Amino acid sequence: MKHKILFVLALSVLVSYFIACEKLMPKNPAADQVMDIPLNGLTPAQYQLFIEGDHEFEQTYTSETGLGPIFVSTSCISCHSGDNKGHPFSALTRFGQADTNGNQFLDMGAPQLQNRALPGYTPELIPNGATFSKFIAPITAGVGFLELVSDADILALADPNDANSDGISGVPNWNTLPNWVKPASHAISKNGKYICRFGRKASTYNLHQQTVSAFNNDMGVTSFFLPNNPTNHLAGTNPIPDGDPEVDNKTINATIIYLQALQAPIQRNQQDEQVKKGKDLFVSIGCESCHKQTLKTGPSAIAPLNQVEFHPYTDLLLHDMGPELNDNYTEGSALVSEWRTTPLWGLGLAANAQGQKVYLLHDGRARSIEEAIEYHGGEGSNSRSKFQQLSQLEKLAIIQFLNSL
Amino acid sequence: MRTSTFILHKSLYIFVLLFPCWVYAQANTTLLNDTAKMKLNMDAVYNRPFLTASKLPVAIGGYLEANSQYGLGNNYLEGLHFQMRRMTIFLSSSVAKKIKFFSELEFEEGTRKINLEFCALDFEMHPLLNLRGGILLNPIGAFNQNHDGPRWDFIDRPLVATGIIPTTLSNVGMGFNGKYFSRNWILGYEMYLTNGFDHKIIDNEEGRTSLNAGKQDLNKFTRSSNGMPLFSGKIAIRNRNIGELGISYMGGVYNNWRNNRIVIDKQRQLHVFAIDFASSLFKNKLNIQGEMAQIWVDVPDNFSEQYGNKQMGVYMDVIYTLLQQQILGWDKAKLNLGLRAEYIDYNIGKFKENNTKIGDDLLAFVPCIAFRPNGTSVVRLNYRIEQAHDLLNNPPTPARSIQFGFSSYF
Repeated sequence: MKHKILFVLALSVLVSYFIACEKLMPKNPAADQVMDIPLNGLTPAQYQLFIEGDHEFEQTYTSETGLGPIFVSTSCISCHSGDNKGHPFSALTRFGQADTNGNQFLDMGAPQLQNRALPGYTPELIPNGATFSKFIAPITAGVGFLELVSDADILALADPNDANSDGISGVPNWNTLPNWVKPASHAISKNGKYICRFGRKASTYNLHQQTVSAFNNDMGVTSFFLPNNPTNHLAGTNPIPDGDPEVDNKTINATIIYLQALQAPIQRNQQDEQVKKGKDLFVSIGCESCHKQTLKTGPSAIAPLNQVEFHPYTDLLLHDMGPELNDNYTEGSALVSEWRTTPLWGLGLAANAQGQKVYLLHDGRARSIEEAIEYHGGEGSNSRSKFQQLSQLEKLAIIQFLNSL
Repeated sequence: MRTSTFILHKSLYIFVLLFPCWVYAQANTTLLNDTAKMKLNMDAVYNRPFLTASKLPVAIGGYLEANSQYGLGNNYLEGLHFQMRRMTIFLSSSVAKKIKFFSELEFEEGTRKINLEFCALDFEMHPLLNLRGGILLNPIGAFNQNHDGPRWDFIDRPLVATGIIPTTLSNVGMGFNGKYFSRNWILGYEMYLTNGFDHKIIDNEEGRTSLNAGKQDLNKFTRSSNGMPLFSGKIAIRNRNIGELGISYMGGVYNNWRNNRIVIDKQRQLHVFAIDFASSLFKNKLNIQGEMAQIWVDVPDNFSEQYGNKQMGVYMDVIYTLLQQQILGWDKAKLNLGLRAEYIDYNIGKFKENNTKIGDDLLAFVPCIAFRPNGTSVVRLNYRIEQAHDLLNNPPTPARSIQFGFSSYF
């Protein structure tokens, strides 16, 4: 009898194993809680490239695979955890000057400081006389949408002379492109310069330039486009071009496709009354003048990105943020206190990628949304004043709305 | 930290050096026969079932372990998978009186990894002084030397024995071991100098400090990565009625600090300290065992903080024998229930930039049911519940797996 019971018990356990596996597993997080998922509607070939790019994004480089000898991070994901905002641990430093005449420290390793080094090597130090600023990595989810906003649309949002007298005068960052970056067919140029849109100061043109530069400047990995390792003026040697690129074009391409095909952050709790009220207040006090809720993409071979409206809460323009955010450092045509309007999508999920705390603004100096608003000077000062005059409940509604993004 | 580890290093070193002298003075060989069946974890290589044929001087044995796994989250393969974890072949021989040969050839994951994990000659000069040389199992913790699949009711090896101490850790070298027996007590020691690790401990694709990455150099069986030996030593004490306690240490320089006689970096030290214990209670119905290990690695200040200079791991297994009787035709078959609790922290410390805790840790609980038809085989079902923090200490990602498998000596 006992044996029969044991036999039935063992059989039950085995059967349960095969039929109950699914129920004993944790559930996948909802799509609006994560950022590292692909767009819906990619072709099988695009999914395949996305997966390859995802693998590359998580690849940790070593001295054998091209890391360094000086670098900031060892992988893409160590700065862009979950394709979300970066953490102070992986913040990078850019150095240069306070005017817009071009970086005078290029032969000393500018603009990016490689503050880490392989054993036996010396990391860079900021040269005497250079000014600098620290940048925390921005959200990578949704950058495929931002890349496809036409230059014409960006220019249409600009108001360099504040013609409407609202105190806001956004301008694009006109910058010179490296010879390996090809302008898009819709590109608008001025004196040989193009409208750039990526990076804290909007000094980078597209995801190709961003990706190649990140491999080189962040990880010290050379490619066909940037064949030299970063310069370290303290090393006493010139950077030696590698015989072969440390990363091939296929890898670069897969990484770019991965970034382009990432789903944009999805808003949560849209029907919540407080969130709705917060959104109305956000618009009414003028925040939306720069943090434009809706933009539109141009043509794209990736169907889900092709001529669609999306909601990033940015205008991709530079705005003067006043002395509060003046780091005395420039890139391209951006002045020392000018910063690109940060897309606010994904803001409510920042703590999930920043160690359960938040580090906002370009260098993470703001430890809460309220504090980030307090740092808005210059063109943002009117909206800041209006926010300060709101009741506590109204402020809370705005915060709840921002946390829903 | 550096001072304390230096003192720890030196103290252990002196203790291990002096220990055999003290034990030698206490030796009482008349008690050998009374306690000869008592084994320590470090005796695992002697304590395996071997097949011998008359007049054939070589004994042969081995074990295999295979399982199915259904998992989700972290690094689990999605869906149901069948895994041939390893098949191991033992060969041993009494070359001559008091000269023994042991070896262990392992095929992991089919034939993807083939390793000669252990291949050594023992010259017994005295129970307290045996010379061992060849490819040795570094005596650090207990699991590294006592890792045969059929001995365990859990399918996965403990994290401390994979993520901290990279079982199976073996290196070429030589040294001494010995034992002292006294009524219910047995004392044992081992101390070896071997080739060691290399710079990949901190320059690896795992993205964290990893002894496992630092042991992969295929040249390590013919040369040291830096010309400096790795010391590993252990002392263990066992009481027939209480259980076993082991203390072990491993340390040395891990980096390639010179090239062509030119010094290119400072000598960077690695220290590993481990404690293990095992006990059987209630007439062997309740078995408890565990291990704790901590690592200190000298990571260059200018290297990435994702490579921690301190790691630790700990696990404890509690196994209760629910039934021991004839079951389904097997005499003295056992049905065991068990639980493993384990924790590993790959990077102990705080970020310099914001003084917040570095994550990269994992907590797991594994309930198990194991059926042992005899002393050399086990059929086991495990449900693994784990929760991992990433480097930045973001909200943990849960992971689960169900594993069903078996392992047996042959």
